[in-house]
Amino acid sequence: MKTLVWVEHDGSSVKDATLAAVTAASKLGEVHLLVAGEGVDGVAKAASEIAGVGKVHVADNAAFAHNLPENIAPLVAELMGSHDAFVAPATTTGKNIAPRVAALLDVMQISDILSVEGDKSFTRPIYAGNAIATVESGDAKLVLTVRGTAFEKAAATGGSGTVEAVSAGSDAGISSFVGAEIAKSERPELTSAKIIVSGGRALGSSEKYQEVIVPLADKLGAALGASRAAVDAGYVPNDYQVGQTGKIVAPEVYFAIGISGAIQHLAGMKDSKTIVAINKDEDAPIFQVADLGLVADLFNAVPELTGKI
Amino acid sequence: MKILVPVKRVLDYNVKPRVKADGTGVDLANVKMSMNPFDEIAVEEAIRLKEKGVATEIVAISVGPAKAQETLRTALAMGADRAILVQTDDAVEPLGVAKILKAIADAEQPGLVILGKQAIDDDNNQTGQMLAALTGWAQGTFASAVNVEGDHVSVTREVDGGLETVKLKLPAIVTTDLRLNEPRYASLPNIMKAKSKPLDTKAPADYGVDIAPRVKVLKVSEPPVRQAGIKVADVDELVAKLKAMGVHS
Repeated sequence: MKTLVWVEHDGSSVKDATLAAVTAASKLGEVHLLVAGEGVDGVAKAASEIAGVGKVHVADNAAFAHNLPENIAPLVAELMGSHDAFVAPATTTGKNIAPRVAALLDVMQISDILSVEGDKSFTRPIYAGNAIATVESGDAKLVLTVRGTAFEKAAATGGSGTVEAVSAGSDAGISSFVGAEIAKSERPELTSAKIIVSGGRALGSSEKYQEVIVPLADKLGAALGASRAAVDAGYVPNDYQVGQTGKIVAPEVYFAIGISGAIQHLAGMKDSKTIVAINKDEDAPIFQVADLGLVADLFNAVPELTGKI
Repeated sequence: MKILVPVKRVLDYNVKPRVKADGTGVDLANVKMSMNPFDEIAVEEAIRLKEKGVATEIVAISVGPAKAQETLRTALAMGADRAILVQTDDAVEPLGVAKILKAIADAEQPGLVILGKQAIDDDNNQTGQMLAALTGWAQGTFASAVNVEGDHVSVTREVDGGLETVKLKLPAIVTTDLRLNEPRYASLPNIMKAKSKPLDTKAPADYGVDIAPRVKVLKVSEPPVRQAGIKVADVDELVAKLKAMGVHS
């Protein structure tokens, strides 16, 4: 089977989510990549070094600069003439583009796969991860999105793919990019961080989040997260939210601080390798999944932890 | 401008899903069903656009069993003007739903179709994007702000790492994220009024759409259960355990 993997990038480097998608695709067959964007020579070179990749199709065109699905989906659909599966990471970009490709190909997409069970069968979470479905596609071609935390990342180097320019592409003229507010920070990204420190509603305010959670994250070089309750209460921006409707994460260590552990939140972090919970309510559901639990007032315990770790 | 709002009847979000013992799916017998929460947000956004004078008519649509009428009545009680139920007892996949919606869009000629970004049962996150492909319209997915400006709509999207704004030519497709708005509760008088609003019942065949599933569900199982670990007595013990695991500054 020939697969075409969507390379998620920021214009200069390949994003980690791509590497998990490459691993998933390699279980199906040959791995070819698609790098679309404007001025993406550097990305194409980096992509060609990913272990195990064959051809790297590079579509360099102003119309592809901002991942507008109206322009990109027809490009992918055309390339799918010579591929059997389109594989995209289940990022907001992948989730935006892949179903548009699937409908153009008259294919039912299989979203957010957790494992490859056979040529056409996969597992995927349903009901916010409260159930796992094993499904089999009956379509001639596959369109898949891949949950990044469910697959090992392919090695970013060691490969020797061949870069090939794709001339196709035009601006559909129905959408344009206006602007973005992407938080710039020295911190690792939430979805690829090794350690995450998350705060919940028990913090009580944005100031307390800054005062209690941030120093611990700084000390550990960790990413910052939050429960939906903390986001809804306005302590932190939306993109901090870990949970079924926010980000799905699986770091080495996840600190849940003042987070009770609603099903919604657990669905987003229960695949973390080690879960550390600090909560003053000893009956909080978070302790049912925590590897290390500390029943304590977070306002005392967390600064002490920050001081001693 | 007319707005179409597709809505889905799903297991209520407060109910814990139970996997059936025979592994064929999730048990939906005798449990509370409600409108998909992201679709409630879609209905609310359409109503706000009508209140602003941007929209003139809101048509709620559901593809599902006879009981999906209740979901449509909820949309009507919130403020939709009329409803279409495309009735079927078969499970219809996003691609099938998108094809039915495309046929309805051809007939109704809306300026916007606003959908929930995903249904909380199958978590597919596909229907809006697929409808956009089939109509050839622009799509603003995962919206946290929607502003109609003349013949365009500007949509602020929740993306990994922050927000992004795109400008789309109308007609267009919008899918809602969690924080686009807070849906209203229908008042009792409006619930009563909704009972007399028009609700058409159709069948998938009326639109010439083949809804035969493309994906076969082989098995549905419980997720692996995570075992609780240990409770530590104090911060010192926690620090010692963490250091033993290699976690330190």
